[in-house]
Amino acid sequence: MAHPVVLAASASSNTEVATFWVLAVIAVAAALGMILTRRAVHCAILLAVVMLILAGMYAMQGAPFLAFVQVIVYTGAVLMLFLFVIMIVGITASDAVVETIRGQRVFAGLAGIALLVLLILVVGHATIGQAAPAGARNSAQNISGLARLIFTTYVFPFEVTSALLITAALGAMVLAHRERTSPKPTQRTLSRRRVASGRPTPLPGPGTYARHNAVDMPALLPDGTQSRLSVSGVLVNRAAEARASARSAIGGEVIGAEQERAGPDPGRPRRPAGHGGPGGGAEAPAHERAPEAPVQANGQEEDR
Amino acid sequence: MISPANYVALAAILFVIGAVGVLVRRNALVVFMCVELMLNAVNLAFVAFARLHGDLTGQVIAFFVMVVAAAEVVVGLAILTSIFRARRSASVDDANLLKY
Repeated sequence: MAHPVVLAASASSNTEVATFWVLAVIAVAAALGMILTRRAVHCAILLAVVMLILAGMYAMQGAPFLAFVQVIVYTGAVLMLFLFVIMIVGITASDAVVETIRGQRVFAGLAGIALLVLLILVVGHATIGQAAPAGARNSAQNISGLARLIFTTYVFPFEVTSALLITAALGAMVLAHRERTSPKPTQRTLSRRRVASGRPTPLPGPGTYARHNAVDMPALLPDGTQSRLSVSGVLVNRAAEARASARSAIGGEVIGAEQERAGPDPGRPRRPAGHGGPGGGAEAPAHERAPEAPVQANGQEEDR
Repeated sequence: MISPANYVALAAILFVIGAVGVLVRRNALVVFMCVELMLNAVNLAFVAFARLHGDLTGQVIAFFVMVVAAAEVVVGLAILTSIFRARRSASVDDANLLKY
């Protein structure tokens, strides 16, 4: 009576009641937040909360095996898969606010309430007695009991499951596979392209002064001007995007805060089309060409 | 000891929240997550009934539900990424080539 039993050992009645109510309230709140937040990432995190709570409830109900499978398979694998796909689709992916079908949300809400009332009435009317005394299900025999059932009574569904998993894995590979349409560039073509690009050397690193150690600080050239090449194009684009979205937001607070922070700071990456700047003689042509290069590379990366 | 009816009621609430999410949200990823929430709610009901009856069949069914859900998520997300590659959007409204 040592290992998983500790989890399953039907917690003393009061503990279970308290735990149930605390966890249930958190689970319902997280689930509601899940359908109310705009961003997919927040959704995934809230879903993780719900799933972990459900794992706790399985453990309370004498299903230690399922509790661990819930944590490992659902929270560990399925949700991480979701997060990876969110990264592919774009971390800022959020819902459109427009309703495609008029009044859809209202009707969905009404249908939800109706379904809830129906289900609660059914549960309330059913005579669900007290739980059966803890038998094989939540003692140390939980796992061996499950194994016996899976490999005797349910052995055929279990075999079919393996076929399902293989089909799903194959299907995912076929669906996510992409043929390469252009030949893979070799070292030779890459180096030729690099020399032909006019800038065979690596780009300058970002400037880090005594006051800052952030990568969005442009480096200073010998004549005191900023080298826009030294700031990653991704950062420049993101800053412009953030500024645009802040401008379109209703409150001017965000813009004010951003400008306040950016104002006295000469090292803020500017939009490439801005000042020409009297750059150093040799630097100037590359300087002008700079903004396109990272953006292009970016686009290619996203296409992949 | 808390009655299994409480667990079943909680499962019903979570199921309804998931169903409303499927109806309301437009982002295919979020719709998937809401489907997962519904599956989880049903699992909770299965486990509660397994405890009520004092045998393990409900837990076995919940285990199978988890397996099927994992397979479904893998295929669904693969479809979603390929749609996103083709149309640059994860909204369920944009995938309408089969309409009309």
